[in-house]
Amino acid sequence: MRSQPTRLRAAAALLLALALTLGVVACGSSDDDSTSNEEGSSAGAIASNPENGKVSLTIGSKNFPEQEILGEIYAQALKAAGYKVKSDLNLGSETVAHQAVKSGAISGYPEYASTALTSFFGVEPEEVPAGATPAYEKAKAEFEKEGLTAFPPTPFASANAVGTTTKFAEEEELETISDLEGKSESMSLYGSPECRQRIDCLAGLEKYYGLKFKSFHPVDIGLRYTVLEKGQADLSILFTTDPQLAAEKDKFVILEDDKEVFPAGNVIFVSKKSTVEKAGPDYEKTIVQVQKGLTLEVMQELDARVELEKQTPKQAAAAYLKSAGYTG
Amino acid sequence: MANGVLLAATGEVGKGFIQERSSDTLPCQATDKLFCWEWASEHIDRYATPTLQHLELVAISVLIGFIVAFTLALLAHRHHWLQPPLLAGTGVLYTIPSVAFFFLLLPLTGRGEDTAIIALSAYTLQIIFRNTMVGFANVPKAVVDAARGMGQTDRQILWRVELPLATPEIFAGLQVATVSTVAIATLAAFAGGGGLGEPILKGGISFKTNLIIAGGIAFLIAVILGLVLFAVQRFLTPWQRARQA
Amino acid sequence: MATREAGVIGALLLNPPLASIQGAIEFIFTPQTSNVTGGKTVGGIDQVIELTLSQLELTVFALALSLVVAMPIGLYLGHRGTGELFATVIGNAGRAIPELALIAFMAALIGVGVLNLTIALAVLGIPPLLTNAFVGIHQVDRAAVDAARGMGMTEFEILRKVEIPLAIPTLFAGIRSATIAIVATATIAPIAGVLTLGDFIINQNVYGDNGVLAGAILVALLALTLEFGLASLQRRLTSKGLKLKPA
Repeated sequence: MRSQPTRLRAAAALLLALALTLGVVACGSSDDDSTSNEEGSSAGAIASNPENGKVSLTIGSKNFPEQEILGEIYAQALKAAGYKVKSDLNLGSETVAHQAVKSGAISGYPEYASTALTSFFGVEPEEVPAGATPAYEKAKAEFEKEGLTAFPPTPFASANAVGTTTKFAEEEELETISDLEGKSESMSLYGSPECRQRIDCLAGLEKYYGLKFKSFHPVDIGLRYTVLEKGQADLSILFTTDPQLAAEKDKFVILEDDKEVFPAGNVIFVSKKSTVEKAGPDYEKTIVQVQKGLTLEVMQELDARVELEKQTPKQAAAAYLKSAGYTG
Repeated sequence: MANGVLLAATGEVGKGFIQERSSDTLPCQATDKLFCWEWASEHIDRYATPTLQHLELVAISVLIGFIVAFTLALLAHRHHWLQPPLLAGTGVLYTIPSVAFFFLLLPLTGRGEDTAIIALSAYTLQIIFRNTMVGFANVPKAVVDAARGMGQTDRQILWRVELPLATPEIFAGLQVATVSTVAIATLAAFAGGGGLGEPILKGGISFKTNLIIAGGIAFLIAVILGLVLFAVQRFLTPWQRARQA
Repeated sequence: MATREAGVIGALLLNPPLASIQGAIEFIFTPQTSNVTGGKTVGGIDQVIELTLSQLELTVFALALSLVVAMPIGLYLGHRGTGELFATVIGNAGRAIPELALIAFMAALIGVGVLNLTIALAVLGIPPLLTNAFVGIHQVDRAAVDAARGMGMTEFEILRKVEIPLAIPTLFAGIRSATIAIVATATIAPIAGVLTLGDFIINQNVYGDNGVLAGAILVALLALTLEFGLASLQRRLTSKGLKLKPA
């Protein structure tokens, strides 16, 4: 057991270190990191802290491109900050990722606040707070009960959506999901396997819109547009941030969620509290800083690079970090 | 130099970062085209690691399978009563679909290469075992008797007479086992074992170019290995025309 | 790789595996509702039967299509004694086809669904059927064929009454090979939208670890049952004269 004087000395040393660091920061911020201006804001490169090299992190993600891009962004940013980082992307759906972070198999992963609330904590869609910050606070409070914590949200939000081909929507006169009433019994719906049990997916459509479909076919998320293109799916579950919706406006369209069953979720990074403590302050700082550039347009651009141009999530993430000035 | 604290970043991306896209300006890989040559030649390096992993999986699995099956066959050659149970046992391992096998092993060996290797090795046992047995059975009794008459021990007969004469059949089994293993190893990705199944499952399951490249490489490896083994067999047994498996 | 293993072991120690034989058996017989499955009811004997029938249906369709395509060609070539290279190459090439790529490609090309998948699976079933049909018929004792011809049988009669019965072991070996290949690939059909028992295995997030193990057990049992059934059928169809050595 340490005696009082030693404790005081330790506290003093810590305060001194903090002060010195702040002083260095103050000095440091006076000289810009010179990345050329054509690459966007030049201040803000992530600096490597040797202290972080003692910490090993494993960054996970769920199993679709937007998630993998986010995982890569965080992983590369943390690596630039000096951490030893491994990535274990493409874990599976939200329940798998949740289990992984609870068991310690991964250090953290990006989750949508709305998904966390509806899938993990049984919140009904109408109770999901509308704004990014209230939703984040509510999710964070729930996570704390499990020994997890969540970091502040990204600028962009994404939501599930019921989509179809423009032609079909015109033929059936579909603009909102409620328009499906009375017609959905003759239509097939395609979605991810876990869609059957998610309240912001098939379960919600059945419960809140009262819709019954002719058939529901679970398919790999990567096929959600293929099944529409091949004419097999009348309806398919899409994401509002999908690049196909922006790039092929004349082909695909999503129906308006008039009953607000599919709340949009900003991404919040979920970690175990103990991991956050062990990793030091740079963990949260890096993640919060690096996601500041992820507006809806930027996220859609990154999604487009991966889903349309078939770049790897790693490449897209690296390009984002460079263009936004986080890495040299 | 700043020591570990981030400088304030607004994180705005550069001007040309966000691109305009429309249906008519989409590159080949965003369309439904069968094969995108440009994309393929630019990104072929993406398949290097999966290919190496795939080769590694196949090499180790076939090697282990051969050693085990061959040993069992030698045992069964000496003790004939072992033949039916071993044949049945290896047959069961062959019949169980690999994906099921991976996940039956999951509680024991977890996800990863090891699970894949165990399952793939098990799959090769029957064909190698059975072919080795058939190889032995095909050795003319007259030759064995002659050798025994010349005073050779059982062991000498085995190594100098029976095995050489059984080589074509054994090699045929090895060939079939190798070719099959290359094809099945694409499923190793389900068990987290890597291989060419990874780019298929995780690199765009609806992207035809990707499927053609990954599947094509696997197919070519299988065919080439099959031909190589066929050539080796021919080389090793000049005195005998190779029979088809 | 060692660190990954350590991680797995560590995770397992902190959270005992959710899968156990007992859990799997429970999953097969009674519907489960749990946190792992997102609160939705999954499993139970009804769903098991439904998916088993679906896999059997797919297997039967694919096998039928393969037979229709492969048998006439193989039998004809074997009877005529020509096309040995063709039959051999097809057999070897068929073994080299990577199933996962084939299924995904068919789905991306034609689309998901039973019909499209049947075609993909038939591609896997045709090579062993064709090769074995050729080899089986071709290797029938020439003396028997000549004798039959001498007795005035037509070519077709020779095939039907002499060559096929004598080739049954080889033909059946081909059918068993094809069936196993088809059943195995039908297991991963869920990625292309056709639900079979493989759905339990592939979608751990929906069915939980017990479901995965249950699926693996069920698929293994299905394959073994089919194999055993075909072996029995073969034994019954093989004429006594051929049954001199154990199979």
